[in-house]
Amino acid sequence: MTLSTLCPPSFGPLTRLAGLAALLIALPLQGQAADEVNVYSSRQEDLIKPLLDRFTEQTGIKVNLVTGKDDALLQRLQSEGINSPADLLMTADAGRLYRAKTAGSTQGVSSEALTMAIPSTYRDPEGHWFGLTLRARPILYVKGKIDPASLSTYEALADPAFKGKICIRSSDNIYNQSMVASMIAADGAEAAETWAKGLVANLARPPKGGDRDQIKAAAAGECDIAVANTYYLAGMLASEDAADRSAAGVIGVFWPNQEGRGAHVNVSGAAVTAGAKNKETAIRLIEFLASPESQQWYAEANGEYPVREGVQVSPALAAWGTFKADPLNLEQLGELNADAVRLMDRAGWR
Amino acid sequence: MNLNPSARLWSTASVAVALLIALPVLVVLGFVLVPSGDTWRHLAATVLPDYVANSLLLMLGVALGTLIGGVGTAWLTSMCQFPGRGFFEWALLLPMAMPAYIIAYTYTGLLDFAGPVQTNLRALTSWGYGDYWFPEVRSLPGAALMLSLVLFPYVYLLTRAAFLSQSLCVLDVSRTLGNGPWRTFFRVALPLARPAIVAGLSLALMETLADYGTVQYFGVSTFTTGIFRTWYGLNSAAGAAQLSALLLGFVLVLITIERSSRRQARYHHTTQRHQAIRRHRLVGWWAAGAVTFCLIPLLFGFLIPAGQLAVWAATIGRTAIDGDFLRLVANSLELAALASLLALLFSLLLAYGKRLYPTRSVEGAVRLAGLGYAVPGTVIAIGVIIPFAWIDNSLDAWMRARFGISTGLLLSGTLTALLFAYLVRFLAVALQTVESGLSKVKPSMDEAGRSLGLAPGQVLARVHLPMLKGSLLTALLLVFVDVLKELPATLILRPFNFNTLAVRAFELASDERLADSAPAALTIVLAGLAPVILLSRSITQSRHADPA
Repeated sequence: MTLSTLCPPSFGPLTRLAGLAALLIALPLQGQAADEVNVYSSRQEDLIKPLLDRFTEQTGIKVNLVTGKDDALLQRLQSEGINSPADLLMTADAGRLYRAKTAGSTQGVSSEALTMAIPSTYRDPEGHWFGLTLRARPILYVKGKIDPASLSTYEALADPAFKGKICIRSSDNIYNQSMVASMIAADGAEAAETWAKGLVANLARPPKGGDRDQIKAAAAGECDIAVANTYYLAGMLASEDAADRSAAGVIGVFWPNQEGRGAHVNVSGAAVTAGAKNKETAIRLIEFLASPESQQWYAEANGEYPVREGVQVSPALAAWGTFKADPLNLEQLGELNADAVRLMDRAGWR
Repeated sequence: MNLNPSARLWSTASVAVALLIALPVLVVLGFVLVPSGDTWRHLAATVLPDYVANSLLLMLGVALGTLIGGVGTAWLTSMCQFPGRGFFEWALLLPMAMPAYIIAYTYTGLLDFAGPVQTNLRALTSWGYGDYWFPEVRSLPGAALMLSLVLFPYVYLLTRAAFLSQSLCVLDVSRTLGNGPWRTFFRVALPLARPAIVAGLSLALMETLADYGTVQYFGVSTFTTGIFRTWYGLNSAAGAAQLSALLLGFVLVLITIERSSRRQARYHHTTQRHQAIRRHRLVGWWAAGAVTFCLIPLLFGFLIPAGQLAVWAATIGRTAIDGDFLRLVANSLELAALASLLALLFSLLLAYGKRLYPTRSVEGAVRLAGLGYAVPGTVIAIGVIIPFAWIDNSLDAWMRARFGISTGLLLSGTLTALLFAYLVRFLAVALQTVESGLSKVKPSMDEAGRSLGLAPGQVLARVHLPMLKGSLLTALLLVFVDVLKELPATLILRPFNFNTLAVRAFELASDERLADSAPAALTIVLAGLAPVILLSRSITQSRHADPA
């Protein structure tokens, strides 16, 4: 039950206040009825609401939503325990899904539809979580300044030849933490640390801002190479701001490590919570999100790649070509996360 | 002091309420007891020196910025006459309506290498990258500047109220003793206004310590960014709690220095006489200087960022003000109204409890209750989630075992939890204001009331409240504006399908979609305008209403 259902705007401020007062003393917010599903999501409302609305339209199942930052939502879910109203947890990276699983906040579910739709690398073997979109983190370069033939691997970015040419965001960010975790998995902790030191020495400026800022800095000439997730570039290409579009226009996408393990990818995904009271509807919602039509929209809405094979990608993404993705089991990103952070601390990666 | 039962009851209630408010902070600090392995050693060997140095430098920068900006403008607008003074009087409060992370995003958009200012500069001069020096906004000095721009109104507000309520006789005496306006300012007015200045400054500094959005975006490693990195990145709640404890240590040191330095002094007024202030008329260059001095913080703290937001909002046009958007506005306003009322009630209870019964336990508890203001909102939210969920789950387990019914979660995920978090976070604002108001009321007034047979509650209602009207309104409006801007706790604690303006603005801005976030951000600013203007009027009027 929500404020809006309690008191439509036409009822005036007094009724609204009464409704608010009712919300203050605990209302049974978690509907027990089978026609509802409660979602905790660290994916922003903008990126999932249209799909959730379509789900409601098609099935008549109402979706209640709280969005928030991943870690704090996990904490909320974990503390609420078995009584948590949430049926479904949606996050923007696999590391957090793994963390929710190890904290006992999720449950394994089986769904043939999901097993068929999602490649095994992108879901938990016991059905605790399912990847829904792929987020790739390739090397971006300024066309005309960098010859893509001079690029090869993430590892090679530590080469002194790139001194003062690279922009990357702070190591506070989970994308970098996951990327370094994948390098620890591939190269070992020692090599990864040496690499991180080399990378820091090659930075054009101290890390600051988000991924878009790295792309903008490259386009403006502050650096020639940026490491960023592709959907930020896609977002800039589709932006209403002409400056964003022209900045994104000079950037090329290079898929690294294609001879080896492949480019680093992460997933956004969903997990059924341990205490889910609407387990069946929660599974139905994941299945809906993994269906071909949803996959196409879901991936396109944020410039990400569909997790389901055979789904068409948007023209912008298609222009960057296909790539080989690192087949690393994504749980490892979660397991190695703390090691990655320590390593970056030692390397002086801000 | 001779205590009667009702005073004892009052003081017991104060301690109980203060401890309840302090609970979330204590819960987080409790994690210190969990073994943290070698996390602390790792932090100390790598990043901790940076956290300490950056936090200290940031506080130093904000202290300088808010003192110069806040005290200077307060003196000019209350004691001098120059063109536009009446306008600046209220307009200088406007930056308060601007959330720090929004101003940080806005200036980055404007001043970044790829932003319009530098791009135009390069187009004009045909310079390229590296050909010229340009101040880097995303840096430690940049962060100090951003925070100063939105926090100086705290100092301005409280200092100006203090200047206005200063007995003119004191200033007149100073002048008849041959002191010029400068000497009077530095030797008499400034020392007299010290409690107010320090109260405003400590609010600004605590807000600085709690800031996460700005420093995180600017890549400045401080305690707050360190706490999150340690908690989640290193997966060490204990390490994060140790950092939080150190952060609170900073705050306690600040508070202690301030208290001990004014131990001997008393600041209440002894005269009843007030005359209309005769403002110094500034002319020529002096007047121009005063206008410039007041215009700079207003321009950079409000006009430019608000203008940029308006431009962005206009380019987004399609995001029309629809029903959903109006609901966001209503949600924000209702939460802010409720939270500020509650904060006012609780701060009155605590401040008055302390006045009635100023023992160590009451003072200590009250001080503890104010600590939440220096703690980042997310940390508070987690400190609220853990005990609330524990209470809910324990009750549920007990009811199941006893009666076979499940009560589920009664507190978690309700607006009660959220309002509680606001109280924890912002009580200090109301408390500081009410306390500083109360400190100006002579103790002899209490004694007179009590000797006439009034109970403490009656003294408060009949004697103090009418005298405190200005301070109470100030406390109310300050919390209102703060809640309107609050983000991290709202994000985590709100019920299903419940959004506010700050949530909407942040979700879009954090996805680096500044333009899309502009309508919501601008609305926060606009919604904050009305209380800010009210605030200013109330202070001007209280000058005539408040007997000293």
